[in-house]
Amino acid sequence: MKRWRGWLLPVVVLALCEAALRLLDIQSDTLALPSHIAQAAWHALLDGSLLASTAQTLLAAALGQAGGFGGGVLAGLILGMSASAARFASISIEILRPIPSVSLIPLMMMIFGFGYSMESATVAFATFWPSLILTQSAVRLIDGQLLEVARVTCLSPLQTTWKILLPAIAPHMFTALRLTIGIALIVTVTVEIVANPQGLGYSLMVAQETFRPDLMLATLLWIGLIGWGLSYGLLALQDRLFKHRAGFPMEQSG
Amino acid sequence: MTDRNAAIDFDGVSLQYGHRTILSDINLSISPGEFVCVIGASGCGKTSMLRLIAGLAAPTQGQVSVGQTPVRGPSRDVAVLFQDYGRALLPWRTVFGNVSLALEANRVPRAQRAERIEALLSMVGLDQHADKYPVQLSGGMQQRLQIARTLAQEPSILLMDEPFGALDAMTRQSLQDEILSIVAKRQVTVFFVTHDLEEALYLGDRVVTLYSGPGRIAKLIDVKLPKPRNQLTTRENPDFGPLRRELFTLMESLHQ
Repeated sequence: MKRWRGWLLPVVVLALCEAALRLLDIQSDTLALPSHIAQAAWHALLDGSLLASTAQTLLAAALGQAGGFGGGVLAGLILGMSASAARFASISIEILRPIPSVSLIPLMMMIFGFGYSMESATVAFATFWPSLILTQSAVRLIDGQLLEVARVTCLSPLQTTWKILLPAIAPHMFTALRLTIGIALIVTVTVEIVANPQGLGYSLMVAQETFRPDLMLATLLWIGLIGWGLSYGLLALQDRLFKHRAGFPMEQSG
Repeated sequence: MTDRNAAIDFDGVSLQYGHRTILSDINLSISPGEFVCVIGASGCGKTSMLRLIAGLAAPTQGQVSVGQTPVRGPSRDVAVLFQDYGRALLPWRTVFGNVSLALEANRVPRAQRAERIEALLSMVGLDQHADKYPVQLSGGMQQRLQIARTLAQEPSILLMDEPFGALDAMTRQSLQDEILSIVAKRQVTVFFVTHDLEEALYLGDRVVTLYSGPGRIAKLIDVKLPKPRNQLTTRENPDFGPLRRELFTLMESLHQ
């Protein structure tokens, strides 16, 4: 399947919208012509406002992601390796994990006020749990044979962690990374819409309040493009890093 | 019963898992440099004996010693070649890196590793494949790689758990000969688990046969075939046939 074919559908749909809206001559406060959306996007790019709010959103997401993913992986390693630690923490985890991260926004505002801290802390909470659970189960799924190899080769506990455990779970960690980056983006934009006056979410609110459907739709499409770019980049990286793991053709036998 | 000079010594060893007795009253002394093959029905406790020597399991009764020291856990001096080579290699490391693991465990300085790894790889015929990953190798090559890694540990005792069981006949024969020549050069003591009685006779100085349920030693057979062994002449040796018959009859009786 050639890659450009995937672009065919959105381009055709946008062209049809443009044609339909122009032919029917619809006047609307909620819809905008694709060409006007493109114009709004172009202006927002040129005057720097779109890039500035993008930087704010991505920085908040990255900070929160770093804390949530890092902490979750660390906790998952401990809980995966120690059954008693897992039992000790299980009730606490099962009670805290289902709390919707956006329901923490009022609490985070009380603690941090507006700004990066409250936004990143909410993202950290949202990304911590999936990172923990995926790491914990990845550690438990490690082939026991590899751990026996570590034992009979007389690797120290530190060497076993560094040379066996972490490389063995790395592909699962990458899946966790892709999953939680998506979550981080959702949560940052949500926090910006609901509470925090910065970033792309806030731009959406401003566009709504100033009756600019073209700018709002441009921002929405921009967010979609950012998500696509992130996941495309991560998938490419994943292919590079783990290509020798499975399904790699045998070059030679004998 | 204990032999003062034994490389491996089982002294009244029993092993139980819960209420199940796996091994019962095993007494066996293996001399340094000896190649001992263990044969018996599946589930008779062959692999459990190997795991006791490796320090991966502890006896319920009695004592297993390696070089006069009771086994308390895995030791650098005892290397294990696992049956399932596909799961015993690190898929994220190249051929070179997999051998390197044993040197890293022994804390060999980085500067000395490359030379030793290259020597080991050429010994097992993988020097042209150092940069490949295990999935890119055939089964025989993967097992050769595992052999190189165990040798990198510089063990005095090599434990092998049905290492060639999953390989085709030609590859198995060439690996049997490689192991024999490596063992002869390095003076290592070998404990070799197999279910193939011809393989046991071809490789071993002595063959240990086990009863099953629970595992007990049935008979020790000395194999006084001339060395070095050869795939054709050893099997054509007038003593080979009778030994094969004796072992075959014994195995038949054990199965009933």
